[in-house]
Amino acid sequence: MSRKTFQEALGSGKFVVTTEVGPPKGTNIEKLLSAIDLLKDRVDGINVTDNQSSVMRVSSLAICHLVQEKGGEAILQQTCRDRNRMALESELLGAHVLGVHNLLCLTGDHLSAGDHKDAMPVFDLDSVQLIQIAKMMEAGRDSAGNELKGAVKFCVGATVNPGSNPLEPQLLKFEKKIAAGAQFFQTQAVYDVEGFARFMKRVEGFKVPILAGVIPLKSPGMAKFMNKNVAGICVPDRLIEEMTRAENKEAKGIELCAKLIKDLKGVCPGVHIMAIGWEEKVPEILSQAGIG
Amino acid sequence: MIVAERKPFAEIKEMLSGYRKILILGCGTCVSVCMAGGEKETGILASQLRMAFAKENREVEIKEATILRQCDREYIETIRKSAGESEAVLSLACGAGVQFAAELLAPLLVLPGVNTRFIGVAEGEGVWSERCRACGDCVLSETAGICPITICAKSLLNGPCGGTRDGKCEVDKDKDCAWTLIYKRLEETGKLDKMRKIHPPKKHGVRINPQRQVNEEFKKDQGESSKVKGK
Repeated sequence: MSRKTFQEALGSGKFVVTTEVGPPKGTNIEKLLSAIDLLKDRVDGINVTDNQSSVMRVSSLAICHLVQEKGGEAILQQTCRDRNRMALESELLGAHVLGVHNLLCLTGDHLSAGDHKDAMPVFDLDSVQLIQIAKMMEAGRDSAGNELKGAVKFCVGATVNPGSNPLEPQLLKFEKKIAAGAQFFQTQAVYDVEGFARFMKRVEGFKVPILAGVIPLKSPGMAKFMNKNVAGICVPDRLIEEMTRAENKEAKGIELCAKLIKDLKGVCPGVHIMAIGWEEKVPEILSQAGIG
Repeated sequence: MIVAERKPFAEIKEMLSGYRKILILGCGTCVSVCMAGGEKETGILASQLRMAFAKENREVEIKEATILRQCDREYIETIRKSAGESEAVLSLACGAGVQFAAELLAPLLVLPGVNTRFIGVAEGEGVWSERCRACGDCVLSETAGICPITICAKSLLNGPCGGTRDGKCEVDKDKDCAWTLIYKRLEETGKLDKMRKIHPPKKHGVRINPQRQVNEEFKKDQGESSKVKGK
């Protein structure tokens, strides 16, 4: 058991790398399991998304358990969209007893974006309140104030979108997340290192590690799609042009992502790689970035 | 006001099939203002139904009446007699009005002619928009008079989600992000500190439906006849 926990990695001063896997829609998990095998010894934590994009899938906690079983360090993502406070708290107790001790609290995409449009959107809590409740449960009580027979222990994280426009309301919420107990942040995908450095400068007073989100580009079309449709993502034209010119788009996407990670090394204490289907390419990205 | 929209004609016609004496009962308050079930809409629907039934050679007697409020006992009493001459009443009131009419006119059948949608305002001519979700714990003093429970698609209490973009909502690019609006107005009025306060989760336990409110000073014995008793 020499493996560092994610929390230890955050405190170690090393450049921290997390990545994520998305549970499948259905019970065929072979591909997911092989991705976990490839990633678990190369990164400090593996986020498991929670019904990502509001599409119903295998539960995040079930896959987190498999990550832990395989010797990886799972980061449980929990959104406020599908569970009320009672279900969320129950899930946190479940995570703890299964040995999952990292939690990322998110609001969650609205159901209107996904494949269960007629389901009831819950949002009983918001991300700030969920962080607060996780911390209350660490202190031994649930959100209603009842005593727990055995408290939870989590490294609790949250998200921030540095590209949000306007940025100020996002920053005010970021501050609230810290006040509520957030111990780390993972950001929306960053492409403009200088712009991100300005953001980091603005928040440097807060001593909470921020891991810059990175998404490898697979094609110029993907970049354009994200620019048009994803809040806070802005892929600069020069990167789109580089992707367009490249004969081998895959190699170029990996190369650009590795360069981005290298450039981010001086700016923030780590990165969170969201490969979105390219999980098996993450080890190569890391090698090219000079990590591990 | 309560905003409603009339049910599709085909659905109403299907609902009324089999009855030969029908009263179309309009409501003169909210649904009248939002043009779903007032006197004018009652008349139009009654004419539409008469024509449709005549075309099918069905003998159906359709009467119409509009009272000021179907959510008020005294107005419903005024149509008790004429309603009693019908086999069914099609109420164009909101869901509260339909139920109160059904309760007070029982065993007469009262059917709904509109879908009740929200508590809102008349934004402009022919445009109504939602403003209140009747959450029972108003936070408008904290949010610059803009309700995050209603205007934010996720009813978030502590600031914008990551999906907001250029001041618009993740769910619908034509809708404003409530928290961007709140932020701007708090900033304009020098009250941005309000956005630093962490709001606790809503207390849903105090509003188990059906809810009830009693003003002891004005309560009269005869006011105690509601059969649907809530908290």
